[in-house]
Amino acid sequence: MIRREYPRYFLLILPAAIIFTTFFFVPMTRLAVVGATGDEGVASYLSIIQTPRHFESMVATVLLSIGVTAFALVISTIAGLFLVRNRFRGSETLVSLLTFPLAFPGVVIGFMIILLAGRQGLIGSISNYLIGYKVVLAYSMWGLFLGYLYFSIPRVILTIMAAAEKLDPALEEAAQSLGASSWEVIVDVILPALKPGLIASGAICFATSMGAFGTAFTLATNIDVLPMTIYTEFTLNANFAGAASLSIILGIITWIALLLARSLSGSTVAASG
Amino acid sequence: MSSNATAVTLHKCAKTFEDGTRALDPVDLAVEGGETVVLLGPSGCGKTTLLRIVAGLENPDKSGEVWFNNDDVTELPIEKRNVGMVFQSYALFPNMTVAENVAYGLRVRKMSKPEIEARVLEMLKMMRITELANRNIDQLSGGQRQRVALARAIAVRPRVLLLDEPLTALDALLRERLRVEIDSLLRSLAITSIYVTHDQAEAMALGDRIVVMSKGKIVQTGSPREIYNNPKNSFVADFIGTVNRIPSAMTDGIDTPKEHDLVFRPEDAEIVEKSSGQFNGKVVNSFFLGDRIRLIVDCGAPEYITIESFQRDVIEEGDEISIRVHQDRFLEIN
Repeated sequence: MIRREYPRYFLLILPAAIIFTTFFFVPMTRLAVVGATGDEGVASYLSIIQTPRHFESMVATVLLSIGVTAFALVISTIAGLFLVRNRFRGSETLVSLLTFPLAFPGVVIGFMIILLAGRQGLIGSISNYLIGYKVVLAYSMWGLFLGYLYFSIPRVILTIMAAAEKLDPALEEAAQSLGASSWEVIVDVILPALKPGLIASGAICFATSMGAFGTAFTLATNIDVLPMTIYTEFTLNANFAGAASLSIILGIITWIALLLARSLSGSTVAASG
Repeated sequence: MSSNATAVTLHKCAKTFEDGTRALDPVDLAVEGGETVVLLGPSGCGKTTLLRIVAGLENPDKSGEVWFNNDDVTELPIEKRNVGMVFQSYALFPNMTVAENVAYGLRVRKMSKPEIEARVLEMLKMMRITELANRNIDQLSGGQRQRVALARAIAVRPRVLLLDEPLTALDALLRERLRVEIDSLLRSLAITSIYVTHDQAEAMALGDRIVVMSKGKIVQTGSPREIYNNPKNSFVADFIGTVNRIPSAMTDGIDTPKEHDLVFRPEDAEIVEKSSGQFNGKVVNSFFLGDRIRLIVDCGAPEYITIESFQRDVIEEGDEISIRVHQDRFLEIN
């Protein structure tokens, strides 16, 4: 009985199997194999630790992504809650405008950061006027941080708003009636309710920051993030094996972050960007 | 707790929302210490707004005042008022167990751990849910949830207990059972409580006094008996129980002021020998309810009248009957 079902199961799973093989399994395997074909063989995977430039790049990227994620979560939670709680003229328009950065490629975001904090930027002109010194942030870690934050906030804020809308206002009122201060209401009622959304959007934010390339490329900062390092190895040094091994490591770090988020929130988290 | 129960006094409390809608006209209300007052009315009558003003979740318009005994609490936010609240949606904290929910108000008050544990156990025992202490909220039935919500609200020994349609989300059987429990609970605690409902049966069963509200105004205040037997106007009469109405023009031979309609309750009508009653009519519908029968009768008035009879005689559709209402059972309504 069950045996007779096998051909049918095979047919049903075939499309998924083809897609999985073509777009995931084959390229990933190729990448992993290429990573081990350099002069050093499998040892090129250790270059991330042994080559100081690679190691610094990885640490910088991870720290930057963690910082961006933390900041994006804090800012988006406050703003998201405010936007859900307060309806005012134009609030709908404002919310839809918040999704704008999602449409911009990294190049545009990098360009905007240069306009804001570059050598001829707005911040520089203001600081020059005020303290007689041009503050230039665009080409440092700060420029990257601002750019990444800019495209991370919409992803987080929309998830937070969706979760906050489902929050029963009676929960907060119950806590208040029991004597809870506003701070206690936030810690004991609101944040626990938003937790799944915070974890999910935080994971997406982290994954996106780890892999972002366009912004870093445009800003051409003195700090190489991992995707930039991969680009350099690949195009300038023609170090295919090094580029491939770094790619695999970048993938693994991000995958672990998403896995952690999934096990923490118990729900599916999808990366994007 | 009973000896110094808190009296609640509302003075000229009105509520106009920011968009200009008037939810409540200026209302005066005095609730004695230990009394259970039920705010009864259809949805949108302002009863919940009134409750939220007492709770401190809404501020009354200027010149409105809320007093707990001799304390003016008008400006006091809810977390400082020491009120217990029970909500229709239960509003239990899903990230906490049953015991943690009940303990929450005590934890916020920085009571010591042993004290909290003792009080939580006492509350769970009182609500007979001791075995649920370590359950998660999503493992509880509706009735159990509302018991937890009650335990949580009274654990902090509030000055006033405020209940906002606590039984509306439950099914009929459970609602009736929990209603009895809440009634004996409120009586044994002798705590001042204000109970909001749109269910007249609930109001009759629980209220020492019922405050009937309509369109942002208090229409009538009185004991359940007073409200039922002497409704002040047709709104109250219609909202609480069923009434029959017969135009004055048809009331020949009955000793009653001619300018009034005749109004009476279904259970006050008696089926009598043919043509010996005050009105004759034809049965349109007959429902056997077990202990009694309910008859819908066409006696020529603009609306069919309803009567309830405990007689054992079989009366069916199409039967001609004669009805008599005792003279002092007519309701005096303009």
